[in-house]
Parts: sequence; structure tokens; C-alpha cells
Amino acid sequence: MNKPSNEMSITFSALSENESFARVAVAAFIAQMNPTLEEITEIKTVISEAVTNAIIHGYPDCDGYVFLHCKIMGDKMEVIVEDHGVGIEDLDLVRQPLYTSRPDLDRSGMGFTIMESFVEQFEVTSKVGEGTRVRLVKQIRTPHNAAVHEV
Amino acid sequence: MFQITLYKQNAGSLLVAMLQGELDHHEATHVREVIDKELDSMPVPLLLLDLEELSFMDSSGLGVILGRYKKVQGKRGQMAIANVPPSVSRLFEMSGLHKIMRLYSSQSEALRSMKEVTQ
Repeated sequence: MNKPSNEMSITFSALSENESFARVAVAAFIAQMNPTLEEITEIKTVISEAVTNAIIHGYPDCDGYVFLHCKIMGDKMEVIVEDHGVGIEDLDLVRQPLYTSRPDLDRSGMGFTIMESFVEQFEVTSKVGEGTRVRLVKQIRTPHNAAVHEV
Repeated sequence: MFQITLYKQNAGSLLVAMLQGELDHHEATHVREVIDKELDSMPVPLLLLDLEELSFMDSSGLGVILGRYKKVQGKRGQMAIANVPPSVSRLFEMSGLHKIMRLYSSQSEALRSMKEVTQ
């Protein structure tokens, strides 16, 4: 019998104070998957990147909310980070390593590159004036999970 | 939680910044401001970042480090980093930062090497 999937959603104000809250909340939620320390660091980093993007670039001059949805599917986790902000005009451009639209803020331009390399699946969809949605899937490869699958 | 501790050596020509906790976009502004305030008053700055107690960093941290590197270079100074945690080391490699930055395995080793430069 398939286990029912375990999901959680959080909506929070697009304020930089909430970046640490978001990554810690996701790390706490997926603790039940028994990830390694390295996997936890990768997940926290990816969440931090996606949420920071939503806050800085989604809502550059206005208030708004960040919508975070996390789902556990067997040994995989899916995360969706969404904003209803300004959207991205040229997705290919922003995904290039070292590209930043805000050099004035000392941004490194590495956010998308880091996200892509820390997860198995990574998609960005965006519409100008409507917002941006990042969806990612990461597999947790702990020995604990491997043992469960053998049974 | 994040904390930055600064101290100066070499009659004020060498600034050591010890970063502790989680460095993200929210904390990055503060780090940039306090380091730049000191750098602005140093004619040819030597800057050492000690990351031994840094438990988390994302691309915002890379941006702060890269920005300070450019600033120090612009004043013909030098910058080095000591005690890079393995998780941060991965980000350095991805961004190419490990190729331009002088990295040391301890603060004392970095200080020895940086003081030689000034003599």
C-alpha cells in the first residue's frame, strides 16, 4: 500500500528576516526522511536561494507574500517557492552563472547555478506582472532510506 | 543567529573579521556595512575573513565576499580567508572564488603570511 504523501505549506511576508525561518522550517519538516548533514545543508541552501530571489527580485519595490509548499514522496522531496511579484522577462539570461540584475546589491549571480547543482529536478516558470514559481525535487539518499526500500 | 567580530592588527593595517552563525541575504547588508566602514579608513587594507564558526552560507555570502575582494583590490590591498568549512568550500569552487582568493587552514597561518607581505 502506498503511504499517503506528507505535505506542508507556509505563506509569509516577503521580508529578509523570514529567509532563515523558511530554510529552518523546511529542514525541520524533512528531518523525518533522515537526511545526512550534507543533504540538510544542500536543502537549506536551495531554500535560501529561492526565497531570497522571491524577496529581492519578485518584490523589488513593493510588499508581498512568498508561498512555500513542501511535499515528501517516498525518498524524494518536492519544494515549490512562488511569488506573485514582477516576474522575469528573460529566464535564459537569469539562469546564466554569475548573471545578476542587481550588481548594486553585491549579488554574486550564483543563486540559480547553486540550486540547479544541489537538486535532481529544477524548473522555473515566470510571467511578467504575475510572478515566478520555482519547483525542485531532491532525492534523499540516506542509508536509512535504502534499508527501508529493501524490505 | 549571526555575529561578526572585528579586530585590527599591524598598527591598524590588517583587519580580521570573524563570522559566526548563518550568513544569508538578511545578514549580508550588515556584514558589508561594518567591514566597509573599517576598510574606508584603511589606506592599503589587508583583510582576513575567518569562517571557522560559520555554520551556513548561501550565494548572498559569496556576493559579500566578492564585493569586499573587489574593494580591497581597488585600494591595492590584499584579502585572504581562513578556516573555510567544507559546505562553503563547495560554493567557492562553483563560483571560481577559490581561484582568486588566498585560502588558509588557520587564522595564525593566514596572519603570518599576510604580515610577511607588509614587511
